[in-house]
Amino acid sequence: MEKETKNIIEMRHIVKDFNGFKANNNINLTLQKGEILALLGENGAGKSTLMRILSGLLEPTAGEIYVRGKKVDIKDPTVAKNLGIGMVHQHFMLMESFTVLENIILGHESTKGPILDLKKAAKQVSALAKRYGLTLDLNARVADITVAQQQKVEILKVLYRGADILIFDEPTAVLTPQEVTEFIKILKGLAKEGKSIILITHKLEEIKEAADRVIVIRAGKSVGTFDVAAVSDDRLAELMVGRHVNMTLTKPQVKAGKEILNVKDLHVKDNRGIMAVKGLSFAIHAGEILGLAGIDGNGQDELVEAITGLRHVTSGSVIINNKDMTNQKVRKITEAGVAHIPADRQKYGLILQFPLADNLALQTYYRPPLSKHAIINHKAIHEHAEKLIKQFDIRTTSATLLASDLSGGNQQKAIIARELDLKSDLIIAFQPTRGLDVGAIEYIHKQLLAQRSAGKAILLISYELDEIMQLSDRIVVLHDGQASGEVKPEETSNKELGLLMTGAKTEGTNHD
Amino acid sequence: MIKVSPKIKRILVPIISIIAGFLVGAIIMLIWNYNPIQAYSSMFASALGNMNGIGETIREASPLIFTAIGFAIASKAGFFNIGLPGQAQAGWLTSIWIVLAYPNMPKIILLPLAIIVGTIAGALVAGVAGYLRAQFGTNEVITTIMLNYIVLYTCQYLMQQVMSPNLRIDTDTTKNISSNGSLKINWLTNMFGGSRINAGIFLALVAIIIYWFLMKKTTMGFEIKSVGANPFASRYAGMSSKKNIILSMLLSGSFAGLGGVVQGLGTYQNYFTQTTSLDIGWDGLSVALLGGSTTIGILLAAILFSILKIGGLGMQTIAGIPYEIVSIVIAAIIFFVAISYVIGLLFKTKDKKNNYQQPQRKERGPNNGIDGSNIEVGKKGQI
Repeated sequence: MEKETKNIIEMRHIVKDFNGFKANNNINLTLQKGEILALLGENGAGKSTLMRILSGLLEPTAGEIYVRGKKVDIKDPTVAKNLGIGMVHQHFMLMESFTVLENIILGHESTKGPILDLKKAAKQVSALAKRYGLTLDLNARVADITVAQQQKVEILKVLYRGADILIFDEPTAVLTPQEVTEFIKILKGLAKEGKSIILITHKLEEIKEAADRVIVIRAGKSVGTFDVAAVSDDRLAELMVGRHVNMTLTKPQVKAGKEILNVKDLHVKDNRGIMAVKGLSFAIHAGEILGLAGIDGNGQDELVEAITGLRHVTSGSVIINNKDMTNQKVRKITEAGVAHIPADRQKYGLILQFPLADNLALQTYYRPPLSKHAIINHKAIHEHAEKLIKQFDIRTTSATLLASDLSGGNQQKAIIARELDLKSDLIIAFQPTRGLDVGAIEYIHKQLLAQRSAGKAILLISYELDEIMQLSDRIVVLHDGQASGEVKPEETSNKELGLLMTGAKTEGTNHD
Repeated sequence: MIKVSPKIKRILVPIISIIAGFLVGAIIMLIWNYNPIQAYSSMFASALGNMNGIGETIREASPLIFTAIGFAIASKAGFFNIGLPGQAQAGWLTSIWIVLAYPNMPKIILLPLAIIVGTIAGALVAGVAGYLRAQFGTNEVITTIMLNYIVLYTCQYLMQQVMSPNLRIDTDTTKNISSNGSLKINWLTNMFGGSRINAGIFLALVAIIIYWFLMKKTTMGFEIKSVGANPFASRYAGMSSKKNIILSMLLSGSFAGLGGVVQGLGTYQNYFTQTTSLDIGWDGLSVALLGGSTTIGILLAAILFSILKIGGLGMQTIAGIPYEIVSIVIAAIIFFVAISYVIGLLFKTKDKKNNYQQPQRKERGPNNGIDGSNIEVGKKGQI
C-alpha cells in the first residue's frame, strides 16, 4: 500500500485510438508525490492527447488510470478537478477587464448568501500566494500586468481550486530568461510543498533545470522514463526524434552584400491607435540574418505588418531593394521581393479548410503558370504542390489533403516551402519555429541558413533567445517599440539580452 | 451513433432532414384529420404526374436556382445575403419595364437587353450592401434586410408614379410584355401541356455551369472562397478584401436579379404590385442551404422546393388540404435543414484527428472590418 500512495498518478497501458490512428499506444506514466515530471515529445507525438485524457477532456480507448492508488474513471473535467488535477494552459484564460482576485475566484466565488464575499476570498488567496511565493497585487487589473504575472494568476487559479496535481503546458514560451528562472523557482517551491507537477515542454535545458524525471514520448509510444540527472541533452533529443539531431548549428561565413531592407524612423500604430513602433531604424544586407529580440507585445507584430503592407505606416519609410515601399499594397511588396513567414500560421499563413495544394499556391495562384487570363490551371497547381512537397519534404498523404489535417510542423513546412519558392531577396521569419519540435526546428534553421548562404537578407523575429543567438549575425533588441540596443551574438549573453528586453539599458551597449 | 465518412454524411443529413420534414407534416395533417398518404400522393401526382405539372415544376424551379446561386456566392465569401428578395424584385421590374418601353425592338436585341438591365439592377441593390460592408464594416444582414423594404416600396413608387400610365392596365398591374421580350417558347409550352414553362430553365442551367466554372476554375472564385474561408490569410496573400467583398455581392445580386428577370419575362409576363418581399428570394436562401451551396445540391433542392410548391396546390385542390398545411410542411423541412447540426450529431464521422483550431474570426483585421458574419453557412458543405 505504501508503494501505491507514493505514485500519485499511475496511467497504465493507455491507448487512444482515433479511428485507426493510435495517438497513444500503450503509454505508461507514473507521477510521484512532490516531483516534477517532464513530458517530452515532438508535436503530434501524443503528449497533449495523454494530458487531455488525464484532465478528462478525452476518454481513453483502453488502459487504466490510478490516482492516489485508486482506480478512477476521469470521464469529464469535473471529475479531474475533484481529483485535484489542474491544468495551466499555454494560452491564458483570463478576463482582461477583471482584477487578479476576481479572475482567481471566478467560478468558485465565496459568497455570503447571494452577495460576493471578496474579503474572505482575498484572505484565502493571499494566504495561498504567500505560501507558494507568488507575489501579486490582487487588485490590479489583468490587462495591466505582465505576461509572467498573468501566469502566476493562472497558477493561483488552479491552486485555489484545490489542485495538488498541476499540469503545465509549455509554460515558458512567453517568458524572458529572467522570468523563466523565476518560474522554475516557483515550480520547485510548489513541488517542495508537496504538489506534483507534470511539465510539458520541448526545451531541453528547462527539463535539465527543473525536472526530476522525464518521460519521452514518440509516435504515441513511451520511449522511456529517465532520471534527468542521468541523461544528456543530446540523448534526450535523439530519443524524442528517433534519430541523431545536430544540436549545434554550423554557421558558414557569408559576406554581407548590398542593402536589401532599410527601415528608417518608422512609426506604426496598433489596433487601438496607440503608437506601437516608435521611431525604429535598421537595415539588413544580403547574406545577413538580423535577429530582432524582444518580449512579445513590444511592437513586433506592428513592425512586421508595416513592412509587409498589412498595416498603415504613420511616418518613416520602408525601402526594399532601393525602392520606397512604404504603405504599398501587400501584393506589390511581395512582388518587390519579400517573403513572409507569419507568426500565426493558422490564422495568417494557411487557409485550413483548403487543400494543401491551394495553400501552396496562395501567393502565386494569379499568375502563370498557375493561372492564365484569370483561369486557374488545376493541373499546374497540383504539379507545383507536388514539386514543393518533394523539395521541402512535407509529410502528407497527398496534395489534396486539407491543411488542417497536417501536423503543426508540416503546416509550417508548407508555409516555408511556399514563401521560399518565391525566391525573394528579403525573408521575414516571424517566430518560425513556434510550437515545433526539435526535428522541425533543426530543419527550419537549416533552411534559413541556406537562404543566408544564397545571399538572401533575413529578418528573424523570435521570442526564443536561443534561436536569435544561434542564427543571427546581428541582434537588435526591441523594447516598447524602440531599439534598446544592438549587439552581436558572440559578444553578448542571454543575461544582457534579457536586460535589454526589459528596457533596463536603453542607452545602447558598449559593443558599437 | 452511426459511423459514416464525411462525404456520405454530407448526403445523408439533408435527406434525413427532408424525411423528418415530411413526417412532421404528416403528423400535423393527422392532428387535423387529414390523410397524409392521400395528401402526399396527390402532391406528387400533381407536380410530376402529368406533362403540365412537370412543366410547372420546372418553371417554378428556374428562378429558385438563380436566387440560390446568388445566396451561395455571397456565403462562399462569408456573407449572409438575405437581400435576395429585393435584388430579384429590382431585376423583375426593370426587365419588364424595358420590354414595355420598347415593345417593337427586334427580339435578338430586346430580350438580351432586358435580361442585362435586370441583372444590373439586382447587382446594384446588392452592391450597396457590399460597398457599405467593405467601406464601413456595416453588417450586411441588417443592410440587406432593410434594402428589401427599400426596394419593395421603391418599386411600388416607380410603377405607380414614374411609369407611364400607357404601360399599365391599372395602378397595380402593368400590361403584358410583347413576345419580343418574352422567355416563352411555344413548342416548349405545347410539349408540357400548356404550362408556363419557359426558356428560364435553360438560362438557369447555364447559370449553374457559370457558377461552377467561376468557383472552380477562375482566380476570382479562388479569391472569393479564400476571403470567405480566412480573411486574414487572404489579406496576407495580397488579396484585396474590399474588392472581393464588393465583387461577391455584385455577383450575388446579379444572379438574384436574374431570378427576378426569369420570373417576370418567363412566368408572369408582367409586373404587379408586391405587398411582401418576393418568395423566390427567401426560397432561394433555403434551396442554397439545403443544397449545401454545391451545383448539384442547388439543382436538386430547387426541384424539391418546386415540387412542394406546385404539388402543394394539388394537395389543396385534389385532397382538399389547406395550403397553410403545405406551408407548414415546407417550413418543417427548412426547420430540419436549419438544425441539421443536430441531425449531424447522429453520425460519427470517420474523421482523422483534428486537433487544430479554426482561426478565430471574431477579431477585426487591422484596416478593415472583414470579420465576416458570425453565421456559418455551408461550411464543409453540410450547412
